[in-house]
Amino acid sequence: MTDTLKREPPRSAKAASAASASVENKEGGPPEDEAKLRKDLLKSMLLQRRFEERCAEAYALGKIGGFCHLYIGQEAISAGTMSLLRPDDYVVTSYRDHGQALARGVSPRAVMAELFGRQDGCSGGKGGSMHIFEKSVNFLGGHGIVGGQIPLAAGVGWAIKYRGGDQVCVCFFGEAAVNIAAFHEALNMASLWKLPVVFVIENNRYGMGTAISRATANEDVVARAAAYRMPGESIDAQDVFAVREVMGRAIQLARTEKLPTLVEMRTYRFMGHSMSDAASGTYRTREELDENMKRDPILLLRERMHAEGELPDGELAKIDEEAKAVAQDAWDFADKSPEPLLSKLYEDVVVNTTS
Amino acid sequence: MAVLTYREALTQALREELTRDDRVFLMGEEVAQYNGAYKVSKGLLDEFGPMRIVDTPITELGFAGIGVGSAMVGLRPIIEFMTWNFALLALDQVVNAAAKMLYMSGGQFPIPMVFRGPNGSALQLSAQHSQAWESWLAHIPGLKVVTPATPADAKGLLKSAIRDDNPVVFLEGEMLYNTKGEVPDGEYTIPLGKAELKREGDGCTIVSHGKMVLVAMQVADTLAKEGISVDVVDLRTVRPMDVETIANSVRKTNRAVVLEEGWEICGVGAQVVDFIQRECFDDLDSPVLRVHQEDVPMPYAKNLEKAAKPDAAKAIAAVKKVMYLA
Repeated sequence: MTDTLKREPPRSAKAASAASASVENKEGGPPEDEAKLRKDLLKSMLLQRRFEERCAEAYALGKIGGFCHLYIGQEAISAGTMSLLRPDDYVVTSYRDHGQALARGVSPRAVMAELFGRQDGCSGGKGGSMHIFEKSVNFLGGHGIVGGQIPLAAGVGWAIKYRGGDQVCVCFFGEAAVNIAAFHEALNMASLWKLPVVFVIENNRYGMGTAISRATANEDVVARAAAYRMPGESIDAQDVFAVREVMGRAIQLARTEKLPTLVEMRTYRFMGHSMSDAASGTYRTREELDENMKRDPILLLRERMHAEGELPDGELAKIDEEAKAVAQDAWDFADKSPEPLLSKLYEDVVVNTTS
Repeated sequence: MAVLTYREALTQALREELTRDDRVFLMGEEVAQYNGAYKVSKGLLDEFGPMRIVDTPITELGFAGIGVGSAMVGLRPIIEFMTWNFALLALDQVVNAAAKMLYMSGGQFPIPMVFRGPNGSALQLSAQHSQAWESWLAHIPGLKVVTPATPADAKGLLKSAIRDDNPVVFLEGEMLYNTKGEVPDGEYTIPLGKAELKREGDGCTIVSHGKMVLVAMQVADTLAKEGISVDVVDLRTVRPMDVETIANSVRKTNRAVVLEEGWEICGVGAQVVDFIQRECFDDLDSPVLRVHQEDVPMPYAKNLEKAAKPDAAKAIAAVKKVMYLA
């Protein structure tokens, strides 16, 4: 298995069982215990990383099929964002959805079983990698058409406003989606109607294999916020605290003022667009990849925690082993989960109910 | 029973369902202040206010997606397309989002919503504004496709569509809004997926839906004068299709003509013929014929437009041919 972290912590034989990647939320501003927050963020990011390293392995073994888009390198965005959300808030995202699902609290077992196409998958094995859904945590899916989820998020925002609620919907998409009609149509209406949605551009600089400079006339993608009279913020999203800071403001604005924000998260994916392309060599150089991997969000957080004296000897290894154990547990669970019953083929096409 | 126009019957259905369930709202271009491009939502803004009768920018993909997103979290949107010709811009949300959400989420997210608006050709609107979309939409698992022909059906079917917990495509005949018919008083619904035998006869079955049902009824009247009686089966719902009603009629008449507004290739009629050959192979006395729009984009010039459209004369010729009378 590939270890994408440059500095591998010492290994421990101990394996923990059921740690979760979801970061416990403290309502009403930053948690009192900053050290605990940092540890929770590290746990979330490490679980996403270790889980997806196993996804790559499972894909190579043919246990995962179809398209599989890994999030490795971008984990600070999901960990930082989810740490600010309430359980009754909503998340909707693109096909690069495993990390966000884990960070939101979807069971690693259910995600892995979905990737394996098994009956215990969160979508019953009918969605696969691109369509992770979990209603119990208001995770409204991974969506496979670039930008298609952006109007959905505006619709969730509309429903919140319709009911007079104070929830927020966070919508994730890549920088390539800013050129698609759905982005413009949804942002226009979200601003016009004051919908509580935070639109998050995860700018990893490549739409599949096409560099942003070859695709987007104005690379300053967050400038598009001005077209819709919406606040726009752009940050270095490899720093999970920068993510928390800007998302904190945007979520607050949505919750209290019902105003949308466009946020650009400047990030980098360390793997290929999907499992079908190499991490470097075709559309980007090995040197560029190496340079960006120096700014691994997990390493940056680890360094900060070391500097704060928050990671005593063995602590990091313990967290890492826990993450690996959860990923292994998810793998084992998925491997044992049966294939969906053939009778399920015809279920969930329509419901036989009326209201 | 009151005599209402198709438009008034639709307005009644909207008003009754908006009153019945406060999760229901109507959203689309010009539906509120303008009272609807075809006046179907006349008066509803005053009655229900701007959160429930919602004007949108001209942005079909966007507001269709807003409808789907709101349905994911429990609202029951009615999305009006000013015409289905414009809805082509929104098909990603209709097909990839609304129709598939339940399935790809493993049953977690039903999408209780209606996409509605005028469908089919009107008069001299030429190529981009004159087409029938039902065969495109009926192709998609996860959607229901409804095509009311009369005011009574329009009301009863729209009420059922709004109450259905699935995404329902509701295709109103653009030329039907001013047509009149008796509409039952009081509360009633018509179940989706049930065809209706609108005329009884024994010489031939005419299967049709939407606006063409009116043409089929004209055909039946004309043929009756010549001593030929026909069954007219109105599908009412194209998907799911009521195969049993079609088959029962064909088993009786042993002949069938399928009349539709759309084009020939992969049309609704092709599916009807497939069901008939499977269910009624031994009952048929002649090949099933189809009457449809000519295989060309709709022309503007009056004479060309008339030649392109299916009409009573073409349908009568087809009926006589399957009865070996011509």
